[in-house]
Amino acid sequence: MEPLYRLSISRLAPLLARGEVSPVEVTAQLLERIQERDRELNTYLTVDEPGALAQAREAAARLDRGEAGPLTGIPLALKDVLVTRNLRTTCASRILENFIPPYDATVCGRLRQAGAVFLGKVNMDEFAMGSSTENSAFGPTHNPWHRDYIPGGSSGGSAAAVAADLCIASLGSDTGGSIRQPASHCGVVGLKPTYGRVSRYGLVAYASSLDQIGPLTKEVRDAALLLQAIAGHDSRDSTSVPYPVPDYQEALGQEIRGLKLGVPREYFGHGLDPEVEAVVQGALKTYASLGAELLEVSLPHTEYAVAAYYVVAVAEASSNLARYDGVKYGLRAEGRNLLEMYAQTRTGGFGAEVRRRIMLGTYALSAGYYEAYYRKALQVRALIRRDFEAAFEQCDLLAAPVSPTPAFRLGEKVADPLTMYLSDIFTISANLSGIPGISVPCGFSSLGLPIGLQLLGPPFGEAVLLKAAYALEQATDFHRRKPDF
Amino acid sequence: MALTREEVLHVAELARLSLGPQEIELFTRQLNDILAYVEKLQALDTEGVSPMAHVVPVANAFREDEVLPGLPRELTLENAPAREEGSFLVPRVI
Repeated sequence: MEPLYRLSISRLAPLLARGEVSPVEVTAQLLERIQERDRELNTYLTVDEPGALAQAREAAARLDRGEAGPLTGIPLALKDVLVTRNLRTTCASRILENFIPPYDATVCGRLRQAGAVFLGKVNMDEFAMGSSTENSAFGPTHNPWHRDYIPGGSSGGSAAAVAADLCIASLGSDTGGSIRQPASHCGVVGLKPTYGRVSRYGLVAYASSLDQIGPLTKEVRDAALLLQAIAGHDSRDSTSVPYPVPDYQEALGQEIRGLKLGVPREYFGHGLDPEVEAVVQGALKTYASLGAELLEVSLPHTEYAVAAYYVVAVAEASSNLARYDGVKYGLRAEGRNLLEMYAQTRTGGFGAEVRRRIMLGTYALSAGYYEAYYRKALQVRALIRRDFEAAFEQCDLLAAPVSPTPAFRLGEKVADPLTMYLSDIFTISANLSGIPGISVPCGFSSLGLPIGLQLLGPPFGEAVLLKAAYALEQATDFHRRKPDF
Repeated sequence: MALTREEVLHVAELARLSLGPQEIELFTRQLNDILAYVEKLQALDTEGVSPMAHVVPVANAFREDEVLPGLPRELTLENAPAREEGSFLVPRVI
């Protein structure tokens, strides 16, 4: 029999339900594998062995009582941006290195209720600011498909841990592509829900109008299961919407004949790696063969998205990160007076990229520049949103690359922040517009690095996204390939 | 709109950050690169476009004004770097 850590939620859950496997057995296997192998990848920042085993025993009891759900006894890895009660949450930052949250994020609370097991907290770019997981204060994560390459970011620890079978599934967060891009680079499924679909309570804030929590999984059905568990209104997050949550499983396996797939012209051509283009075109052909109707559409403001994003996101970040002052929690450095304590704490506690973004945001919001930068960026944001509204009048979903290139080498872009920002070109428009998106494996580069297809949907169109992603997955075998790890 | 070294120092002060001499130079260059790129937004005509700060069509989220339990004081103070008599302790201000 295949080792249990290789299984997805959908394959493990029936074994647990029938009592053929116990949650303690699968949790112990995963903990052992993390212990033995994770030093090669650096995906975990904190492993909670006693907590995970206790949760696994509770799940076993629940299974015995016949009170289990589809996530009962499933071992998960959580991005270290989600606060977990009594379990260290660092955001991959020195400033929160010893922070033990006194409460759970809403999503973590819901997963606990569902009986899931938390193996630990996984690596990321500090405060989710980055595209490669190289901005972690605790060292980069390596891509399991090729150790010299980045896993993507900022949810790089989540994507690598799922791909390397160091967990069964994971939760990440996506502010500018931070779920979809690492999912693409590591060959797993990554879903960014519509803004407002999932509560952000207890998600350490980076850019509050863009941040959204979502699953990274081994197969599409797992993403549907996890979304089902975390979606829905939460009175603790006033931006979570009170709309009913549909049954996401129901849509899987339905025919996609007649589905109108828009192909945005601006996402192809200049700057797109030919290998990525070829693989994405292959996926489009698969869709055509399944009866989907492909049509070219235009998102004319695409080329302004990166610029608008890096004003809006940094402005919100500079405000959100003002809370790290060395007073209430986190690191405190000594100073001769209060002002010096603030500056010493923040300078010593934040890494270079975080400081750079705080500086940029502070400047963009400062007297005399607000109109030219922040207000202008918000107007462009409205235009980008209108582009999508117009496109979704013509088609059901959009299909595009996730990232212009496959994963790049560790260290390749660290010296040049702007080049790193430009690699987000195909993912950030969805955050600016609040729409949902998914990355689903669709091929490999000549070096053997995975490449994902991105599907984007209208607001609250997750069910259609999942249906289309599932159809591609079932028609291909890319999700069955595993890294040599 | 190029940022000068002095402006970088001013922004750092506003953001409560202190930059070393090498970092002032590096940040001045990097921030200027990014701002030069962001400049492309000016090329777009946005006359009459309302700025969109938020994508959710929810205006106000009201609830009944009921008293609900919050985080207990002890738990709130648990992560404080310094505390005294149930309060956060900071360096002397006056």
